[in-house]
Amino acid sequence: MIDNPKTGMTLIVKTITRLTVGLILLFGIYIILHGHVSPGGGFAGGVIVALSFVHLMLAFGKDVAAARISKNMASNLESIGAMMFLFVALLGFLGGSFFLNVLGKGSPFNLFSAGTIPLSNISIGIKVGVGLFAIFLALVILEKSSKKEP
Amino acid sequence: MELHILLIFMIAAAIVAIEVKDLLSSVIAVGAVGFALCLAFLVLKAPDLAITQLVVEILCLIILIRATINKDLPLVIEGRWIFNTFSTLGFIAVFLLFSWLALKELPGFGEPIMAVVKKYLQEGVSKTGSVNIVTAVILDFRAYDTLGEATVLFTAVIGIMAILRRPGRKKRE
Repeated sequence: MIDNPKTGMTLIVKTITRLTVGLILLFGIYIILHGHVSPGGGFAGGVIVALSFVHLMLAFGKDVAAARISKNMASNLESIGAMMFLFVALLGFLGGSFFLNVLGKGSPFNLFSAGTIPLSNISIGIKVGVGLFAIFLALVILEKSSKKEP
Repeated sequence: MELHILLIFMIAAAIVAIEVKDLLSSVIAVGAVGFALCLAFLVLKAPDLAITQLVVEILCLIILIRATINKDLPLVIEGRWIFNTFSTLGFIAVFLLFSWLALKELPGFGEPIMAVVKKYLQEGVSKTGSVNIVTAVILDFRAYDTLGEATVLFTAVIGIMAILRRPGRKKRE
């Protein structure tokens, strides 16, 4: 399916996409995980993760990207991200109040520091990335099905 | 100085986006406004906002170009141009008057009047352990706002999936 010359763009675009799409996904994950140490955070990293899948879809066509993440899996992951963020919020009740930072602070400038903030970043990253990709997938499917109408 | 050049460029690109006849050229001019806004955030030393603005602008441009690349919708403006011009000038005058009245009361750039901002800046690292102060504010001090924003995005995704799903489209035919 990935080598089908009928779907997607030209060979040049496909070759460059094979080289770069993994790096873009890795950079998005880096931005999400280092949200409390360097600029960025869950929202920006999530959009970069969504952009890597959009890149894949633009270069190889709808089927290749939809085989990686289907619409149902996107919905489930979106719900899991939202529930995870709410769970982090409810975790604060262990210390007495909503959104309290109950985990250990750690030392600054470390990756494992800042208590619950990395967990919130990861959940927001999952939610935003999968949600924006689901919007793009739904728009592409709409375009596909509206062409069939007479 | 750089900020003024960027602002003038953004205004010029916005006027081009309105006035140009081709729809794709108009979308690209809107993209130029967004990227200039990203540079303006960098000049104002806000890298978090610059990263977010850049990636969201790229995603919006992809969707807009995907939506407009096959459509040719020339804009036709005929008749009533005197009324249109005078009403536009009148609304611009009203907008400038009220924005002057509102902006007169704002504090100077870089001089916040709220005491809570100083508290965040002084105690942010020791209270949350997060070095990035923006993340410390949006995910610890003001996490409730972030929960609301996440709910808004979740509702938007649910709405789009519900409107565009296949069974809902079949029933109409």
